[in-house]
Amino acid sequence: MYPRSFEYVSPGSLDEATSVLASTEGAKVLAGGMSLLPLMKLRLFSPDVLVDIGRIPGLSSIEDRGDHLAIGAMVSHAATASDSSIAEHAAALATAASWTGDVQVRNQGTTCGSIAHADIAADQPSAALALGATMVAASAGGVREIAASDFFVDTLTTALGPGEILTEVRIPKQGGASAYEKLGRRGGHTDYAVAGAAVWLDVSDGAVSSARVALTGVGAKPTLAEGVAEALIGTDGSDAAIAEASERALEGVTVLDDLFGTVEYKAHLAKVMTRRALQQAVAAAT
Amino acid sequence: MGGGFGVSTTSVLGGVVKRREDPALIRGTGLYVDDLQLPGMLHVAFVRSPYAHARVVSVDASDAEAMDGVRAVYTAADVAHLGDLVTQVAVGKLRPLLAGDKVNHLGEAVAMVVADSRYGARDAADAVDVEYDPLDPVIDLKEAASDAALVHEDMESNVLLAWEGGPWGDEEAIAATQQTIADAKGRDDTVSVSIEAVNQRLLPMPMEPRSVVADWNVGYGRFTVHSSTQIAHALAGGIAQTFGLSLTDVRCIAPEVGGGFGCKLNVYNDEILVCFASQQLGRPVKFTETRRDAAGSTIHGRGWVATATITGTADGQILGYELDGIADMGAYSQNFTVAIPFLGLFVGAGQYTFPTHWKVACVHTHTMTTDAYRGAGRPEAAYYLERAIDAFAREIGVDPAEVRRKNFIPADSFPGAATHIGFPMDTGDYETNLDALLETAGYEDLKAERDRLRAEGRLVGLGLATYVEVCGFGPSALVDLGFSWAAYKIPSGFSGSGLVRVQADGTASVIIGTGPTGQGHQTTWAQIVSNQLGIPVENIRVSHGDTAESPLGIGTFGSRSAAVDGSATYEAANKVRAKAADLAAHLLEASADDIVFADGGAHVAGSPDQQVSWSDIATLAYQPHRLPEGMEGGLEAHAVFSPGNATWPFGSHLALVEVDGDTGDVKLLRYIAMDDCGNVINPMIVDGQIHGGLAQGIGQAMFEDGDYEADGNLLKWSFVEYPLPTSADLPSFELHRTVTPTDINPLGVKGIGEAGTIGSAQTVVNAVVDALSPLGVTHVDMPLRPKRVWAAIQAAKTNGSVS
Amino acid sequence: MHVSLTVNGQRAVTDVEPRTLLVHLLREELGLTGTHVGCDTSYCGACTVILDGKTVKSCTMLAVQAQGAEVTTIEGLAANGDLHPVQEGFWERHGLQCGFCTPGMIMSAVGLLSENGSPSEGEIRHGLEGNLCRCTGYHNIVRAVEYAAAKMRGEEPPAPEWEEGSA
Repeated sequence: MYPRSFEYVSPGSLDEATSVLASTEGAKVLAGGMSLLPLMKLRLFSPDVLVDIGRIPGLSSIEDRGDHLAIGAMVSHAATASDSSIAEHAAALATAASWTGDVQVRNQGTTCGSIAHADIAADQPSAALALGATMVAASAGGVREIAASDFFVDTLTTALGPGEILTEVRIPKQGGASAYEKLGRRGGHTDYAVAGAAVWLDVSDGAVSSARVALTGVGAKPTLAEGVAEALIGTDGSDAAIAEASERALEGVTVLDDLFGTVEYKAHLAKVMTRRALQQAVAAAT
Repeated sequence: MGGGFGVSTTSVLGGVVKRREDPALIRGTGLYVDDLQLPGMLHVAFVRSPYAHARVVSVDASDAEAMDGVRAVYTAADVAHLGDLVTQVAVGKLRPLLAGDKVNHLGEAVAMVVADSRYGARDAADAVDVEYDPLDPVIDLKEAASDAALVHEDMESNVLLAWEGGPWGDEEAIAATQQTIADAKGRDDTVSVSIEAVNQRLLPMPMEPRSVVADWNVGYGRFTVHSSTQIAHALAGGIAQTFGLSLTDVRCIAPEVGGGFGCKLNVYNDEILVCFASQQLGRPVKFTETRRDAAGSTIHGRGWVATATITGTADGQILGYELDGIADMGAYSQNFTVAIPFLGLFVGAGQYTFPTHWKVACVHTHTMTTDAYRGAGRPEAAYYLERAIDAFAREIGVDPAEVRRKNFIPADSFPGAATHIGFPMDTGDYETNLDALLETAGYEDLKAERDRLRAEGRLVGLGLATYVEVCGFGPSALVDLGFSWAAYKIPSGFSGSGLVRVQADGTASVIIGTGPTGQGHQTTWAQIVSNQLGIPVENIRVSHGDTAESPLGIGTFGSRSAAVDGSATYEAANKVRAKAADLAAHLLEASADDIVFADGGAHVAGSPDQQVSWSDIATLAYQPHRLPEGMEGGLEAHAVFSPGNATWPFGSHLALVEVDGDTGDVKLLRYIAMDDCGNVINPMIVDGQIHGGLAQGIGQAMFEDGDYEADGNLLKWSFVEYPLPTSADLPSFELHRTVTPTDINPLGVKGIGEAGTIGSAQTVVNAVVDALSPLGVTHVDMPLRPKRVWAAIQAAKTNGSVS
Repeated sequence: MHVSLTVNGQRAVTDVEPRTLLVHLLREELGLTGTHVGCDTSYCGACTVILDGKTVKSCTMLAVQAQGAEVTTIEGLAANGDLHPVQEGFWERHGLQCGFCTPGMIMSAVGLLSENGSPSEGEIRHGLEGNLCRCTGYHNIVRAVEYAAAKMRGEEPPAPEWEEGSA
């Protein structure tokens, strides 16, 4: 298929980009294009103006800033998946990025783009949520930080305003361990997730001291499973404790079905994936 | 890998020759239809129905027509004079070229836009305003068969016909077979096991979307049409028929064709419509499907629901098999549509001797037309039969291999064996083939390993299935049963053709009437001709797919090309050889009977040092004044091969799977196949055909689902919703073969294009059901996506058992 | 819009609509029809080219995004006419049938081997997950990449699975 006509702008700086966005009705940010261009080709979405941020300097690196890692807007899934600091401090995100799309999609598409697109079946949004990431949004009016827990609003909808660009995702260097598990549409870790779970937790003195669990593909948006964390904290992180806590994965979540999963199945999978991810994280943390 | 090849491996037949097709394809220089850019070429986009069933209230194209670069917008009224889409088996409702006052499936073309660019054509198609009045669609097959609501209000029933046998066409004999089975069911010592299963609709999805370029030259009074088709001659005839032209006024060219699997074995309305537009506008016109077009408007395959019942005794003797099913034809009949289940009827009883009553009703629904998709009726037939046998074996607790072996048509029934409908079969040795599989695979060890893992609580399963297929169509006499190509101005039935021409320099041109889509005909046919003439393969060029030069052939489908057109080419080569012997005899002043062809030329037996080359022979042929009295010049021959029967390849397949009980995720661990396609010309190519066939059967078993929603929506517009197996989803395959040559053609070859697909879906499902059998699961419908497998496990846990 | 890029070592300058996809620039403006289009949704990989050293799907990239880029298509792979080892592997091991997915598949395999010279079967299978083939069941594609990997390491490729004929 072929996209509808649009105007294309390739700003040389972030200021220029935000000013175009501020002054242009119907403008949309283009980064890697892996989510946006297929929708445009199918004419399911046809913005009037595309603001390509691919030529803006300084958006393509992963920086270690002492207390957090900063992933720039143009960092590809492949770069996220293979970066050693991400592997050390944000294994859930590294895994999620490595299971996103295929090689070419990982070369072209961006971590920030995936998070900003907020597809419920995408892997990295829930990883960012479980890791307690902070999203940095730039607009003509300045820069603001948005906690991941406030970022995902609804299906394909985030807290980003129409004039804002997600310029950076910050992952705190918070110790502990994280993991991501999913079942893909063709089974295993392939393709979009039918359901998945990202977890981060810390263990001290033989007990789980803190935890965050986020679900992929289950509800209308990437969702924190707070009940699981609550149930797990204070336990010894044994398989039994994990299994019991995982049963609470769906508290407060309205499960949606699709071609690849019924409500009942997805609800079950969410628990299984939560359990498996928690087991991995506990093993890595201890 | 591989067994004996049945023919000598020192001969060029039976040996591996690297493909002659490949140098262009690996360099990116092969020409596919969409690569073609002609001066002044225009582009087409279709306006398609978003409803499964609706009245078309109005079509307003004024905005579209006013757009820059738009040359024309055509609707049904513009093409009404051309009639419905030309159709070979014209049973049921035929497709209008463009929908008129009603649309009958999602994606049906309502208007055609022609514009300067493909982007512009799409823009204009979006600007055509169609007002619809939606109606309730008929989608469910049982509902359709009940005639509770009619798909087409001017037809009396949705049911077009039912294919039924026992003995085919003999009502008394059918009734007697039914009585025999009823009697068996009434006995105290028999068990009946039934499975109701869906053989889901599939989307063929060759990697190359269909594409056609039509160019009407008013001065020449001729169409030149490039199309990604498997049947160039039928397309040319269909266009000639539609436009009232002669066969010489239409030249169709199928250049490189990027896969077909049956879906390019149709004359499509878009192919006719671009011809119309080219004639109207005096410009070349191209239509290339998007993948979305391909999903909704290129033919689909399968789409059956049926109940299969096996009745037999506790020792595994089967006394009767019944199939009662409904097959979805979609809204309109196209090329073969209603004939597809007929192919299933042929092999309804598989390799077995037991009494069989087989009945499948063909019904219209408000969906896209179904037609031939790799296997075409035979995978469905084999699926139900082999699933039912497996369920029966499980019920009586006898090894599934033993049950099959016990009921095979014995090898000593050949020649003379016939199918359950009375159709003669060529050759077969089913028990040897099955035993070879079991021995090669280490069946007993695999069973022991499965049982050991099962004892650890793991869900591991082994699946076995056997098949016999009918292919290599033939026989020519099918024409007398109504299966001719007369609708496309081709009166012939299922014959084949080949033309061999030795050029003046001693190289050979071979021109054939097949329509390959990746099967390597340029290589295999070069081997056949090289074997007969001794001209090296690299000096032989094979061409096909251009109706202006190739002899009349009905194309490539039904695993028929090598058996039928290959045999024709073999015979043509022999004619050339006979003439060349005369010529060489003249040159060498010897008798033709003493001429031996070797080392790229000919010599008199016993005198190899006095050799004449093929160039010497051909030079003489093209200097007729030097020829002896009465001998004609030239060195070429054409042959038409009339097969006396179809061919009947067979095989046995085994799969090993493990299921994750927590998620329903199925992992295919090993796939072992023992196929028998008769003699093998090029084992590399034959193995490649099996690999691809397996992937499509496994794709049906595990991934692919083209079924419509109850409201007539098709939510499978792309590979996102219709996942094909990828490299990451499949294991390497373990292939082996037995060789039972056919006696109906001189090459002894049966055909291999569809075997992998026909044998594999039920093998995988049998394995998964075996894995889940400790939980009480007896059946899971395809595709075995994790959600379905998990649901089956849950139901079994809840109910104790599930079907 | 004005786009200039380097394709197969040659500079290409052209004007396109912003919405023109890179694959259409290659196929229709530059006449490089070896790169194919097989889907709408960035799934099939038939359009795979190497852009600035990475494999990308040229149907999911605007031509204008490739401004200044270095692109290698299937036509640019055979240096001085000699087949690339991956092309050779596909020929030697029957890694193609209809040939439609082949250019993209070969480019992906080249990309894979540039990052991992000794891939396992599993790594090859996962590395080519973004390229669909409907003909081969991938079996011989894997063998073709194994062949190429060995050749590129200067080793003797694994023997073919079929018995070598005399032809």
